[in-house]
Amino acid sequence: MAFNHKDLLGIRELSVEEINSILDTAESFKEVSRRSIKKVPTLRGKTIINFFFEASTRTRTSFEIAAKRLSADAINISASTSSVTKGETLIDTARNLEAMAPDAIVIRHPTPGVPHQLARLIDAAIINGGDGAHEHPTQALLDAFTIRERKGRIHGLQVAIIGDIMHSRVARSNTHLLTKMGAHLRIAGPRTLIPTQYEKIVEDSEGSLTVCDRIEDAISGSDVVMMLRIQRERMSDAFFPSLKEYSIQYGLTAKRLELAASDAIVMHPGPVNRGVEISSEVVDSAHSLVLDQVTNGVAIRMAVLFLLAGGKTEAHSD
Amino acid sequence: MKLLIKGGRIIDPESGFDRVADLLIEDGRVAQVGSSLSESGVEIFDAAGLIVAPGFIDLHVHLREPGEEYKETVASGAEAAVAGGFTSICAMPNTKPVNDNASVTRYIIDKAREARLANVYPVGAITRGSMGEELAEIAEMKEAGAIAISDDGRPVMNSQVMRHAMEYARDHNLVVVDHCQDTCLSAGGVMNEGRYSTLLGLKGMSVAAEDNHVSRDVILSEVTGARVHIAHISTGGAVEMVRRAKGRGLSVTCEVTPHHLALTDESVLGFDTNTKMNPPLRSEADRLVLIEAVRDGAIDAIATDHAPHHADEKMLEYDRAPFGVIGLETALGVVLTVLHHQSGIALTRIVEMLTIGPARAFGLPRGTLAAGAIADVTIFDADREWTVDARRFKSKSRNTPFGGWKLRGRVAATFVEGREVFRAE
Repeated sequence: MAFNHKDLLGIRELSVEEINSILDTAESFKEVSRRSIKKVPTLRGKTIINFFFEASTRTRTSFEIAAKRLSADAINISASTSSVTKGETLIDTARNLEAMAPDAIVIRHPTPGVPHQLARLIDAAIINGGDGAHEHPTQALLDAFTIRERKGRIHGLQVAIIGDIMHSRVARSNTHLLTKMGAHLRIAGPRTLIPTQYEKIVEDSEGSLTVCDRIEDAISGSDVVMMLRIQRERMSDAFFPSLKEYSIQYGLTAKRLELAASDAIVMHPGPVNRGVEISSEVVDSAHSLVLDQVTNGVAIRMAVLFLLAGGKTEAHSD
Repeated sequence: MKLLIKGGRIIDPESGFDRVADLLIEDGRVAQVGSSLSESGVEIFDAAGLIVAPGFIDLHVHLREPGEEYKETVASGAEAAVAGGFTSICAMPNTKPVNDNASVTRYIIDKAREARLANVYPVGAITRGSMGEELAEIAEMKEAGAIAISDDGRPVMNSQVMRHAMEYARDHNLVVVDHCQDTCLSAGGVMNEGRYSTLLGLKGMSVAAEDNHVSRDVILSEVTGARVHIAHISTGGAVEMVRRAKGRGLSVTCEVTPHHLALTDESVLGFDTNTKMNPPLRSEADRLVLIEAVRDGAIDAIATDHAPHHADEKMLEYDRAPFGVIGLETALGVVLTVLHHQSGIALTRIVEMLTIGPARAFGLPRGTLAAGAIADVTIFDADREWTVDARRFKSKSRNTPFGGWKLRGRVAATFVEGREVFRAE
């Protein structure tokens, strides 16, 4: 098995072999979800805690379903960071979690690095379910899985990522993953939402990363167009004037999509703002793989839980 | 009571003295510097192989008393200071309550007298409560012993208030110390804005926030004729502005911290909150400019920005943890390692930045070993290797980014007004 980590904290630390290992493992788990009895005993007796400090329906549910299809006991804890004031938080959080003897903890937190800080304090496997604008590794893995499934490869593909890069963990994890796998990325969005030196976050990969001035330049000839959700509250920080203007300038319409390759696929991590960053026409078109992403998310999370929570290979085939 | 510090290499940048000699201290003053001074009737400190320097002066220390004595007190801070070779420290006013009136100033001085370790010079607030609106009672604080004014940590954003502060401070011959940061540009930031903030998804603080504010202060210094001191300078752009201001004859000085000379924002990888301070660790390019500015004299002083915080407070999410690291007990080792051993900067220059450089910036009557001077003396071994172990600090706090570092250069003994206040084991 080419995956030998205690935790899954981010894509940046993973090798191409490790990424492929997760994707390949997910292939075999995808089949489980197609059965009439969608359950294997692989993680029977294991405890998975989903610890979410941020609202999430899709990711939390996806992890929960993945755990249950592997026969693990999954517990969801939601915590509000607003009630937490001075001191003790992280240490107490860690100790409380440890006291419940879980095998894996999926953590989502609005602050970058919290999974990394907890991983140093806790023996259980920590899976980063999204830490601020830092990383969202399982999202990038399910996106890669979806691209590979449809296109047969990732190496050499032209991929456009459009929107609010600055606040997006999905953009960062996908940037690491797709460039490692040899894709050529073109990034576009309002300059206010492209973080400084974004092109410098990629190091020694077979792929490439270009920041484009215009959305059209990013989309032209693309095999994959990945749209990011725009948050309404960004307007108050003067990142852009209005959703209307954003939609006109940066929204993915059927007309803009014509610039991409004829067999281009369109992706979005959800939830979609129809008519803002992407038109309904595009979301509902044959190009759109938005729902495939959700389906594949379960397979990827089964694979990750299996690899980290100590599942046995022979057990899941029965 | 006479003390003869014998056979050390005496470095006194103020007088240009730099050779192996004996130093005779009598009644708290330097009595004589020379070769083979008489040993009769004197206590002897054998300084062979060691450097004998004027006592170090730190322009920028947070002592947390009154108000947050669990982090540091005047006494524990002074003990950490002398262990690090600092005989004089300037206490920033952001205590609770803020040192914005003479009674708080006197309280700090009284606490320092009780401790009988380092000289503690209070820095008064510029504005009432450091709120940036009304001027604090600056003249009364000066009479009580304040030697400078600053709203450190809470930059005075209102340029008109700052202009008035400078004019008023000039009347009272006080230097205005500014933490230079345009807080609109840096709002919400927790680290330097650059490749690493982008990589980590943490909110960055642009160098523009510091550069913008430094340029404003330089302009106001010219308009008002006030003495302005830029605290913890951290960007190449700000250094360039100070250099130009000095070239035009303005009374602008600046200090740099050991951590900005030794570390960059790359250290934030791993999310250790002991890499979080304000101004933040900058890029390698900025760090190299700072080192060159130390070498060529554009920067006047090394200052630690010693900022104690309890471990519980630092053990938080990166964006919630407080800014600041301690530095008194690692400063000498870090600057000797980085500036002298790694960058080849002369010991004389480094001693200058720890002694007469800061003394001149704030107008303190210390920082030299000339005959008749107050006998604050720091004796150190410039080559001695040691490993930083925060558990052994005299400071009440442990928030250092240098834990486990191997440093070269360590304090052997510290004397304040001729009295031994620290000696290494």
